[in-house]
Amino acid sequence: MSTLDSKVPEGPLKDKWTTYKDKINLVNPANKRHIDVIVIGTGLAGGSAAATLAEQGYNVKAFCYQDSPRRAHSIAAQGGINAAKNYQGDGDSTYRLFYDTVKGGDYRSREANVYRLAEVSVNIIDQCVAQGVPFARDYGGLLDNRSFGGVLVSRTFYAKGQTGQQLLLGAYSAMNRQIARGKIEMYNRHEMLDVVKVNGKARGIIARNLVTGELERHSAHAVVIASGGYGNVYFLSTNAMGSNVTAAWKTHKKGAYFANPCFTQIHPTCIPRSGDYQSKLTLMSESLRNDGRIWVPKTLEDAQAIREGKKKPTELSEDERDYYLERRYPAFGNLVPRDVASRAAKERCDAGFGVNKTGEAVYLDFKAAIERYGKEQAKIHNEENASPARIYDLGKAIVEAKYGNLFQMYEKIVDENPYKTPMMIYPATHYTMGGLWVDYNLMTTIEGCYAIGEANFSDHGANRLGASALMQGLADGYFVLPYTIGDYLSNDIRTGKISTDTPEFAEAENSVKETLDKLVGTGGTKPVDYFHKKLGLIMWNKVGMSRNEPGLKEAIQEIQELRADFWKNVRVPGNTNEVNRELEKALRVADFLELGELFAQDALTREESCGGHFREESVELDGEQKGEAKRDDENYTFVSAWEFQGLPSEAKLHKEELKYENIELKQRSYK
Amino acid sequence: MNLTLKIWRQKDAKSPGKMVTYPISNIEGHMSFLEMMDILNDELIEKGEEPVAFDHDCREGICGMCSMYINGEAHGPDRRVTTCQLHMRMFKDGETIHIEPFRANSFPVVKDLMVDRSAFDRIQQAGGYISVNTSGNTQDANALPIPKADADLAMDAATCIGCGACVASCKNSSAMLFVSAKVSQYALLPQGRVEAKDRVLNMVNQMDNEGFGNCTNTGACEVECPKGISLDNIARMNREFLKSSI
Repeated sequence: MSTLDSKVPEGPLKDKWTTYKDKINLVNPANKRHIDVIVIGTGLAGGSAAATLAEQGYNVKAFCYQDSPRRAHSIAAQGGINAAKNYQGDGDSTYRLFYDTVKGGDYRSREANVYRLAEVSVNIIDQCVAQGVPFARDYGGLLDNRSFGGVLVSRTFYAKGQTGQQLLLGAYSAMNRQIARGKIEMYNRHEMLDVVKVNGKARGIIARNLVTGELERHSAHAVVIASGGYGNVYFLSTNAMGSNVTAAWKTHKKGAYFANPCFTQIHPTCIPRSGDYQSKLTLMSESLRNDGRIWVPKTLEDAQAIREGKKKPTELSEDERDYYLERRYPAFGNLVPRDVASRAAKERCDAGFGVNKTGEAVYLDFKAAIERYGKEQAKIHNEENASPARIYDLGKAIVEAKYGNLFQMYEKIVDENPYKTPMMIYPATHYTMGGLWVDYNLMTTIEGCYAIGEANFSDHGANRLGASALMQGLADGYFVLPYTIGDYLSNDIRTGKISTDTPEFAEAENSVKETLDKLVGTGGTKPVDYFHKKLGLIMWNKVGMSRNEPGLKEAIQEIQELRADFWKNVRVPGNTNEVNRELEKALRVADFLELGELFAQDALTREESCGGHFREESVELDGEQKGEAKRDDENYTFVSAWEFQGLPSEAKLHKEELKYENIELKQRSYK
Repeated sequence: MNLTLKIWRQKDAKSPGKMVTYPISNIEGHMSFLEMMDILNDELIEKGEEPVAFDHDCREGICGMCSMYINGEAHGPDRRVTTCQLHMRMFKDGETIHIEPFRANSFPVVKDLMVDRSAFDRIQQAGGYISVNTSGNTQDANALPIPKADADLAMDAATCIGCGACVASCKNSSAMLFVSAKVSQYALLPQGRVEAKDRVLNMVNQMDNEGFGNCTNTGACEVECPKGISLDNIARMNREFLKSSI
């Protein structure tokens, strides 16, 4: 059994990475061409890792389930990417970025990993510019920055509202260069269904060709999991439809510990659900909270009248509205962090004040901003007696310039004009901070198996700050893993090609084949979505924004029952040897049905509230912070790393104690 | 809404395909087009029939995976949206909707509405990159100022999502809008100028080898492009190509 050693190097925090890099073993270029590496997933982490490893001379095999590596869901990230460049001269530094990230994560991330992340963040921007990523620039031709997510400096680089797309296309172009050189073999429309261990080391995978249905054996000297997060366990999320936990979960079942699964981020500003047919949720950038005011009606009668369409929000006067964030958090108001804003919206809707027909929406109102900007503009234009209509037009132009694309997107989806009537928003699952446990080298507890990007757990603690996901994905892939993996692979220079014609590969392939046959042969009657939606509801209601002991215990029970029902009654039409989208979905949902149980178990064990994990039993009982989340540093300053032992919820808990030597633990206050 | 769907069904690349009619009822205007397809598929599964295979992933208009040809238009009747962002309020009760895959010789059908667009990847592999190592040892990002106007134009070109609507809309199945978007992005940036000549020649050569047709300046691609990629890019690519050829 593997032990939990984070392998953080000795020495002062700011020298750890440099000193470590100087001393680790390297692989001679002539030997690299005899070493194979498998990379699962081609988002920012996987794409950048594949490109860099190939460039260094390793033979890379990259896999994605989409029809092209360019379509991985990193592409949908809107806002930007943080880097401690201090181009604005506002006092930013590596330490500040490190500090903000640890604090934002509610003190549940590993210091040394986060510091390294902050350190390499500056290289990312240099690298991407050299690759031709068209970041936003000012009129002097230099890079522009914006402020994000409540931090005190402007360190976010962006490319309009499509930063993730541009960074991913940068990594994709670097991959293309290596594919053309023959150093990356790209497997599109392939899904990893198991990892293969030989003598305790990860030595390959079983993948299914999603076009022919064929099971394929692929061997390598190391396997890198870069398959993203598991937010789709909730069915509805801002993730892509195909985003899944399968690669990570199969790795977990083969011996990799799964860390902090209950740390999940619910983003406050998404477009609400409109009906049961809904397949996914769309995020509206956090930046909208800079100018929008969030409210619900003050009385239940008004809320009901609005839900029934008898009243319009614009008919409610100022004193009939409850600006609940401004009321509860006068210091931060509408700009409280994501976890706090999400919980407050849920609290109001649960109390019956929700506004759309599902009762799960609050208003985000730009009327005040339009008026404020309008008056400012009237002054600038010397229009002292501007009419209200004129003021509205002037203000609207400013709001349009800032958020025009988001307003247009909202109008396309909801069919309402957000300049005229307030937007409706509701929280939605967005990102998972938990993931496969990794050490400082980003290696899981399976030797030779690495996890990078959203698939690992290490950098964001219990809550991720805006514009930090892109930073972590690229840092892991371009600048961390390519070094640390060399230290491991230096022992493999004489191993030679790994054969796939071995009992280990045969056994893994057979077990996958059995699962596939079982799924197409259940004789059941219900489509996969029926089970996925049911799982999503259990997770959302009992393991969502607010959790308690009885609810979590019920969730574990209900998930177990649902899983049994799934294996008996799911219907997967068609065969295993052809394109079969239902079979693909069924395989993914089967794994979500197991992960969900561990997720609830993790939430049950962590009897404190921190970041995205809120336990109703752990709140401040009096004083100024009454009713707010209460973290318990004395008992829970550790990472929960779960070892699979059969039933997901009966996994064995291993604790990695977190030590804060460079930061003082403090309570977050937004009052 | 009650609708009649006529959908292209094709078992695999080698089998012949045909249009099959499916009635569907109780569709709401707030549904997205793909949510309507989800409902159809769940109904088919419950009846014991095979669901319709179609490509989709992000469902927010950015991944470029969805690719339906609806009532004779790539991504359907709305403008500046992908199929996943098309909503049913664009259709009327009782309407018949024709749904086909993106059609082009260079996009062979995989199954039903799924097509193989790997030709696009191969064009990118022929030169759609800047040859810089990912070492982190490049010069400082601000060492080379780039005029805002150029950076903005490069960004406009770079927003292409590689969905292939341009090819599907073109009477010649030309990929010029797609290829020119990438060529333009790099042609407008100083980092990309170094290899500009080889890039345009290699990418155009690969485009021709893949069997895409020529551009006759009809402009259907620009109209149907969900990201509003401009025809100016094709003009820019032609200039680049000419300069590099003589």
